[in-house]
Amino acid sequence: MKALLIAFDPSELEPLARFGAALGAPFDVLLLTGSADDGYGASEMLLAGLATVPPADGLAKGIASVAEGYTHVAAAASMRSKDVMPRVAVLLDAGMVTDAIAVLDGKTFQRPIVAGSVIATVTVETERVALTVRTSAFDPATPTGSANKRSVALYCPTAVARTSAESQASGGRPDLTQAKVVVSGGRPLKDAGTFEKLIGGLADALGGGVGATRAAVDSGIAPNEAQVGQTGKIVAPELYIAAGVSGSTQHLAGMKDSKCIVAINTDGDAPIFEVADFGLVEDLYTAIPALMERLRP
Amino acid sequence: MKIMVPIKRVVDPYAKVKALPDGTGLDTGGAKFEINPFDEIALEEAVRKREADPSVQIVAVSIGSSSCEDQLRKALAMGADEAILIESDAEWDSPSVAAELAALAKELAPDLVLMGKQATDDDNNQAAQMLAALLDWPQATFASKLDLAGGRATVARETDTGEEVLEMALPCVVTTDLRLNEPRYIALPGIIKARSKPLAKRPPTTEPRLRTRTVRLDAPPTRPPGRKVGSVDELVSELKARGVVA
Ligand SMILES: Cc1cc2nc3c(=O)[nH]c(=O)nc-3n(C[C@H](O)[C@H](O)[C@H](O)COP(=O)(O)OP(=O)(O)OC[C@H]3O[C@@H](n4cnc5c(N)ncnc54)[C@H](O)[C@@H]3O)c2cc1C
Ligand SMILES: Nc1ncnc2c1ncn2[C@@H]1O[C@H](COP(=O)(O)O)[C@@H](O)[C@H]1O
Repeated sequence: MKALLIAFDPSELEPLARFGAALGAPFDVLLLTGSADDGYGASEMLLAGLATVPPADGLAKGIASVAEGYTHVAAAASMRSKDVMPRVAVLLDAGMVTDAIAVLDGKTFQRPIVAGSVIATVTVETERVALTVRTSAFDPATPTGSANKRSVALYCPTAVARTSAESQASGGRPDLTQAKVVVSGGRPLKDAGTFEKLIGGLADALGGGVGATRAAVDSGIAPNEAQVGQTGKIVAPELYIAAGVSGSTQHLAGMKDSKCIVAINTDGDAPIFEVADFGLVEDLYTAIPALMERLRP
Repeated sequence: MKIMVPIKRVVDPYAKVKALPDGTGLDTGGAKFEINPFDEIALEEAVRKREADPSVQIVAVSIGSSSCEDQLRKALAMGADEAILIESDAEWDSPSVAAELAALAKELAPDLVLMGKQATDDDNNQAAQMLAALLDWPQATFASKLDLAGGRATVARETDTGEEVLEMALPCVVTTDLRLNEPRYIALPGIIKARSKPLAKRPPTTEPRLRTRTVRLDAPPTRPPGRKVGSVDELVSELKARGVVA
């Protein structure tokens, strides 16, 4: 067994190495953009040095061209990895596991299905295995110092033009999937300004990221990329504060592995309280300003 | 312009689904089956394209047991022109679905395959990208806006950090995200009209080759029960005691 772990940027190196350690096989890392020194246990770091990540049709060919000789090809679960990894799997004739959360052996993995209501144990029947991995489900990796490095030229022929690529600024807040604290708001936040003032304000007081329910995103009070859940981001911070969030199965799928969950909701019977370590039955419009007052550094 | 819309029959996404105690299957509690919500969005988008351009032709396709006919009838009622049921009682994983859809795409030669980003039962998020790879077509996943003009697709797509716009020549594969549109409510005349629309049934042209096999299903770990606190002050002292806030 030998794994190739695909890091889109240096921030994914440590999370990916967690999976490498759990797999218990030697691994190399293909770093697509940027550069880094520490490989967190990688035998070799292949530096592609791309300026930007190419569209999936080209990128899949590029990744496949360096994936010969590896039994496993894995990336951290994200929208960008889910865009390209199934194409890589086809090119390598690999069986694919989406959102792996546990390694039972080199061919057997666990993953959540039906919005996290069920954990499936799946075996891969093909010789090679492609995966996207929920890295927060694995133990942190330790730095191992400078890794062997080698530049690789990825040829990524694409038929796709990128007419514009704009990233919505997250206001300097930490990336949701890596933040230690996430504060999420739901439908009762009236408008974008209120959401930003209360949810954004509490997140800033705690140095955290901002999350939202689909209802909040749909009604335009929170940005797309803040959606947490089955069809949004999967987060597992030290502290998750859900305010005005009912706790639908789809939302829980994205946050119920958080270490400590706080729910603030006026309805004491809301399902969110079933997963909350601490529940506060109170109007968020009074509770959040009071929390900000007490928690501001 | 021909648009192919693959449709998966899935258990009602709002139903409570559990693993059977012996781990061999799912207990869906007698819930209804529906069109996968993302496929419904794909269908809605195709119908809107046809409303703007009457030459657009929509073919809905489902692979599965004869019960999938219900979802295809609903697709016809929403506005698909014709439906094809690839009838099979075998198990189809996402790569096998992609291979069968690829064979069908070669036969039907659609300009666009518009499909869901993920099935809400297996949450795989694989079939569309695999189909695009098998056909060597370009793709745009997670679409929140789709424009078709002059033989090209311009797609605004959701990314981890916001949105980007991709442009590509047809034919291509596009997957839908929740914000692309809000599917219409099906009115009675549509349901009646759908009865006379063509729904062809035929056997698959490929054999499903399972690349992954589900060997067990379990309940997710439960969280230890939490408790309600009486005030913001109590909450803050609990959080401080746990060391999660300074
Ligand atoms: C295919 C599919 C995928 C989905 N994916 C996702 C997903 O990824 N993420 C997601 O979040 N949802 C998702 N959903 C939607 C999900 O089913 C719920 O509709 C959604 O999570 C509800 O959002 P909400 O909690 O903000 O709103 P609501 O359910 O309306 O809840 C609002 C809550 O706020 C409380 N409240 C009201 N006023 C106050 C106040 N002043 N102070 C405090 N509390 C108050 C209410 O008691 C209520 O519990 C998906 C649905 C489908 C069908
Ligand atoms: N049995 C099926 N029949 C038709 N389309 C399917 C089937 N399974 C999956 N699909 C399509 O593939 C998409 C992604 O599914 P998946 O990769 O399983 O998450 C779905 O939204 C459907 O459009």
